[in-house]
Amino acid sequence: MNQNPEIIGTSPKRVDVREKVTGAARYGSDLKMEGMLYAKVKHAEYPHAKILSVKTGRAKKLKGVAAVATAADVPGNPAFGAIIIDNQPIAGDKVRYLGDAVAVVAAETEAIAEKAVSLIKVKYKELPGLFDPRDALKPDAPLIHEDGNLIVHHKTRRGDIEAGFAAADRVIERSYSVQRVDHAYIEPEVVVAYFEPDGTLVVKGSHQSIFNIRSAVSGVMGLPLSKVRIVQASLGGSFGGKDDVMSVLSCRAGILAQQTGRPVMLSNSREDSLIESYKRHPYFMDYKVGVKNDGTITAMEIKMVADGGAYASMTQFVTWRSVVHATGPYRVPHVKTDVYGVYTNNTYTGAFRGFGSPQITFAYESLMDEIAEELGMEPLEFRRINILHDNDITATGQILDHTVSVGQALDVTTSASGWEEKRARFPKENSGRIMKRGIGLACSYRGVALGAEGVDATGATVRIHSDGSVDVATGLVEMGQGLKTIFSQIVAAELGIPIDKIQYRPTDTSLIVDGGPTVASRSTIMGGSAVKKAAIGVRERLFQAVSEKLDVAPEDLIAADEKIMLKNDPSRSVAFLEAIALALETGLNLSCFGWHLSPPIWWDEEAGKGDAYFTYVYACQIAEVEVDPETGKVNVVEVWAAHDVGKAINPDTVRGQIYGGVATAIGYGLLEDVEMVDGVTKTMNMDEYLIPTAMDVGKINAIILENYDKYGPYGAKSIAEPTAELCAPAIANAVYHATGKRIRDLPLNLERIVLGHKLIKKKRRVR
Amino acid sequence: MKKLKLNITVNGQKHTLKIDPNLRLLDLLRENLHLTGTKEGCGIGECGACTVILDGRAVNSCLILAGQCEGREITTIEGVTPEDGLSPLQQSFLDNGAVQCGFCTPGMILSARALLDHNPTPTEAEIREAISGNLCRCTGYTQIVEAIQAVADGREEQQGSL
Ligand code: FES
Ligand code: FES
Repeated sequence: MNQNPEIIGTSPKRVDVREKVTGAARYGSDLKMEGMLYAKVKHAEYPHAKILSVKTGRAKKLKGVAAVATAADVPGNPAFGAIIIDNQPIAGDKVRYLGDAVAVVAAETEAIAEKAVSLIKVKYKELPGLFDPRDALKPDAPLIHEDGNLIVHHKTRRGDIEAGFAAADRVIERSYSVQRVDHAYIEPEVVVAYFEPDGTLVVKGSHQSIFNIRSAVSGVMGLPLSKVRIVQASLGGSFGGKDDVMSVLSCRAGILAQQTGRPVMLSNSREDSLIESYKRHPYFMDYKVGVKNDGTITAMEIKMVADGGAYASMTQFVTWRSVVHATGPYRVPHVKTDVYGVYTNNTYTGAFRGFGSPQITFAYESLMDEIAEELGMEPLEFRRINILHDNDITATGQILDHTVSVGQALDVTTSASGWEEKRARFPKENSGRIMKRGIGLACSYRGVALGAEGVDATGATVRIHSDGSVDVATGLVEMGQGLKTIFSQIVAAELGIPIDKIQYRPTDTSLIVDGGPTVASRSTIMGGSAVKKAAIGVRERLFQAVSEKLDVAPEDLIAADEKIMLKNDPSRSVAFLEAIALALETGLNLSCFGWHLSPPIWWDEEAGKGDAYFTYVYACQIAEVEVDPETGKVNVVEVWAAHDVGKAINPDTVRGQIYGGVATAIGYGLLEDVEMVDGVTKTMNMDEYLIPTAMDVGKINAIILENYDKYGPYGAKSIAEPTAELCAPAIANAVYHATGKRIRDLPLNLERIVLGHKLIKKKRRVR
Repeated sequence: MKKLKLNITVNGQKHTLKIDPNLRLLDLLRENLHLTGTKEGCGIGECGACTVILDGRAVNSCLILAGQCEGREITTIEGVTPEDGLSPLQQSFLDNGAVQCGFCTPGMILSARALLDHNPTPTEAEIREAISGNLCRCTGYTQIVEAIQAVADGREEQQGSL
């Protein structure tokens, strides 16, 4: 039972922000150590080449150089990987993209390390490169890895696709593509590695999923998991981006620490980060849709190719999410979807907020508008005919046994934005004005947590100390999303104590059991459930002690207002502190571990069907834009974003997630593109890789919908990722409404079309 | 390399230092003076994480040589933090949910501070312009703009001195 419900659904001040506003928080690059060396990486000079020799003699001789390591110095496995073990922290036989390392250097200063890198001479035999993922499966394509260029092929099958098209009055085919984008967290990647006297390798830094990194480091360093400690520093943004790349940095620094016996810092410059770190997958997507004249969708046949780049990373999982959701939140009785993830010699791609959904959402939501127009319908009307409702069946054959709120999301956003009126008014006004206005929408559904892509379980420990202070530890990490605050709120609610009594313990693999990665917007629903169990577990022990004292049954007690009291007679109570003393006197353990395993779900890879996720969230976003037809510049004037989160445990953090996700999606829609030409990254820093500034993001209206979910703590589900999957197609649809131009490739860089070249960025302030 | 003598005031404290002529102000602050609240995100003047106040104006410390600061006055995030508690801007960032990962926060606060010092009653557009050199990837800027607005409107006044 919920003990102190008031704190759930409020927004207490974040528990980790005081140190951030004063500049005291310590991020990876602030972790200087006595005797520390600085590392630099010798990167590949060809995107695809055999390494014939690496000459390090001159570098080693340079004064101030402590070590130079090549693949020959890797103590354990040459590579690591989530499923396919293919990512080499230092390349041995060949290089597969320009972010590969052929050698790493540790020196007294960064400048010396850089100089040493320039003295390393590598002989290569250049191999033909593969840069277009659509060529990857052709018989004459260069082989990136020995087992072929196919990383994965997923499918979804429902009904009878031929019958579905036969039942249609029209068949509409469209192709869409999306670009490669960077996480562009403001803090580039950084680690400090050192050995403890007992031989434990410690790697502190800007880590996201500490246990994934631990297993990579353990394998590559040839150390048992128990002798690798991954510790997270304050993290300057991640968004899915600080996993594999952090494993790579950790291994490189670990090898140098081992060779020198000294702490080693490896910090990426922004240029290093743009070249080396994995990106969001570019997709090529072909849709064929059967539809009746009354607007009913009868069939969808979808084929997609995802560019995995040089290493598999999370490609299997990212593309699986795409194959499950490719038809969007619509009833489609006959479905045939195939997604191929392939290797190329481009920068590898992996997890990025959205995880295989921003790509497909752009395609299917652009498509919904296109089909509506073909049928002479309004986009809203057409969607309403086809959207999912309670107890409908998804493309993968799953019955939705929770509140399906996509219709509600459409209702609230369209009414808040004045949709009907603006859809009618803007076209009339546009003929008489220079700047053209438009409004567009997009909606989605999204499976919560990892889904049937893997076992999903996580743990937490709550400890009550003798002085009444409490701490909580989990293996999930704060990335700015507010996890520490939300978990502290849950503990406060269950123990009936103020939030300032609760301390969140450091995120360190040596302090807590493996709770899986902090990904898939799973922290609140999975981690929150584990924290709640741990808090309830420890509370039961207090109740046991108090029940003896008051001579009542433990079930009749509640914890609130720093007291343990009788539910029906609050005047009979014991102070929290006294309850602790009673429990300790009787030898009770006031530390409790909670473990939460997700409800059963399944996936049949052969048949392409299954109950893919235990629950789903639903959302709709509307974008109002203004387009300058002369320059093609698009201003996002206002956005309305409605997201069903089950229950907002902390509404301020939910809103923060919505604002941030929308801004990221505005960048995806309009600005961002990691341009690569023949494997060479052209956007090398933030002057060329443009992300939205405060002037690029208009007013955002965050609308929180709450439909209790039986699987979440207090009914809560998730928020982080769906916020980033909708605004790009909403903008595309709005641009069409404003200009009549349908753009099927992101970014919607109208400058390119109108001016024939890309946007020249406004000069930023220098001084 | 010949060292340069530098007299500089940082957060009200005078320093006389011998420095390399090519030392960036950012490195002087972080490495020599251990003021690590100033962050580096790009090194080329695009992200604003390294923003400090130089003689009353917000600047990117990654683009300025320490040697250019002879006799000048610098304020960093450490310098705006009062002995006890928080400055109104810091408090307002905390109260308004304007901080997520926090990496952009010191720079944001200093840009906001420089704005409010010159223009105590900015419009929303002026606030957005003043922080347009400070990139934030987490917040979508909404709550940051609200936090600055709250100080300008005097809603955070009682919390401390600017
Ligand atoms: S580090 Fe100075 S502006 Fe980015
Ligand atoms: S709070 Fe993370 S970059 Fe601004």
